[in-house]
Amino acid sequence: MVDKAKPTAVALEDATVAFRLADSRIFTAVEKARLAVAHGEFVAIVGPTGCGKSTLLNVAAGLLKPAAGSVRIFDQPLAGLNRDAGYLFQADALFPWKTAIDNVAIGLEIKGAPRGKALEQAQAWLTSVGLGAFANRYPHMLSGGQRKRVGLAQVLIRDPKILLMDEPFGPLDAQTRQVMGNLLLELWSADRKAVLFVTHDLEEAIALADRVVIMSAGPGSRIIGDWRVELPRPRDIFEVRLDKQFHELHREIWGVLKEEVMKGYAQSSQRGGAA
Amino acid sequence: MSRVTLLFCQVMVAVIVLALWQAFTTVPVFGRILLPPFFFSNPIDVFSQIVKWFSSGVIWKHLAITLWESILAFVIGSVAGILVGFWFARQPRVAAVFDPYVKMTNALPRVVLAPIFALWFGLGIWSKVALGVTLVFFIVFFNVYQGVKEVSTTVLDNGRMLGMNERQLMRHVYWPSALSWMFSSLHTSVGFAVVGAVVGEYLGAAAGLGYLIQQAEGVFDVAGVFAGMFVLSAFVILIDMAVTLVERRLLVWRPTVRES
Repeated sequence: MVDKAKPTAVALEDATVAFRLADSRIFTAVEKARLAVAHGEFVAIVGPTGCGKSTLLNVAAGLLKPAAGSVRIFDQPLAGLNRDAGYLFQADALFPWKTAIDNVAIGLEIKGAPRGKALEQAQAWLTSVGLGAFANRYPHMLSGGQRKRVGLAQVLIRDPKILLMDEPFGPLDAQTRQVMGNLLLELWSADRKAVLFVTHDLEEAIALADRVVIMSAGPGSRIIGDWRVELPRPRDIFEVRLDKQFHELHREIWGVLKEEVMKGYAQSSQRGGAA
Repeated sequence: MSRVTLLFCQVMVAVIVLALWQAFTTVPVFGRILLPPFFFSNPIDVFSQIVKWFSSGVIWKHLAITLWESILAFVIGSVAGILVGFWFARQPRVAAVFDPYVKMTNALPRVVLAPIFALWFGLGIWSKVALGVTLVFFIVFFNVYQGVKEVSTTVLDNGRMLGMNERQLMRHVYWPSALSWMFSSLHTSVGFAVVGAVVGEYLGAAAGLGYLIQQAEGVFDVAGVFAGMFVLSAFVILIDMAVTLVERRLLVWRPTVRES
């Protein structure tokens, strides 16, 4: 499935993630996940709520250690944090006490770049995410969508080889999500990084990605499907949804996903009943 | 209510209270004076006492002493509170061991420490500073501890993923978070520094506003007691205004700077 010519950026090999619960039972979030993301490939992971999509991303980031199996980054086993990856979080992750430009510049400053140079580059990145005029605003003075743009600039200024995104546009309204999707594609097409994009929105996944991976309902979720999206690039998120191929693919994947979503609901309501 | 009306109403409250005070202490109602001047003095005497203090210049020395004690208590208490707060928050085991003792010490009414401090540090400014420190320390300590503990895990993970090492996390994440908690309690801790100084002076000193009030009380000079109280509240209001200015400057990144 992975293009042999390109190196594999992220490889999860039978990664199993388990947590010890408060009552010392073991909860298996993800079971034997096998996934490879080639360099320059955009992979979206879709699954029902609570299926461990974010867990998988945290494993790739090195924030979580798998209980079994291994993670390889560019063919090297991952130990500690993944230094090649930039992570865009679902929740607000900007430093609230720093202005937009300082939030973006920090990634370079901690690597030892002189402040003047870091600020210069940060300003350039803010401009490329459309916030050139908002450099001196604090996060609380920005809208949700603007904060996500700053977050994107904060991650991209470090030029990571791998981009991990955990439902980054989840909290935004539908229109803003589409605008952000287009911005992401535009920035990504400049120097194709490997992207692992977690979402619960199948349409968003198909519109953005080269491959869509489906996870089963938890606990112990597995990867149960892998589709290649052959829609031509450059894509426009607004336009691509009208494409016939888009609809066929959507119907096909939704056929599998729907069952898992229903299972997920049934289980979460059962768990709720038991508690 | 417009600003002018509000100000007018506020001034009227003062005028009415002062007028009633003056009236009840000087004009007999049904042949009887309701507020005996011996216990209640009257506004004119109090005011002339304040004027006398300022025109002769004696008050400045006392104000300076109290201010100096408050500043020392605030600075020493804050530095100690920040250091210990950070230490406990980063070393949960140390915090767990000391937890009952911290609670016990904090539960103690600080006034009872005044005699001990007077014995240890003498009747000069240091016994007052020590009293203020015990008050300021706990407020700053609890806030810094909370601030370090409650750093959002997402912000922390973000810092790590951006490549920060422990030292950089300390500087860019823990420190600003702890400071923001400390500054949110700035009014309280500065207020307590003044309380410590004044109470200490009241219980035994040779100078300061508390000493002035205690001296007046000792000779049944009620006008002097009231005059001391008024000077003290004006002093605290001025300090509080200064704190508000500092706070506005330091917490610009906050969604809402709490108004005092």
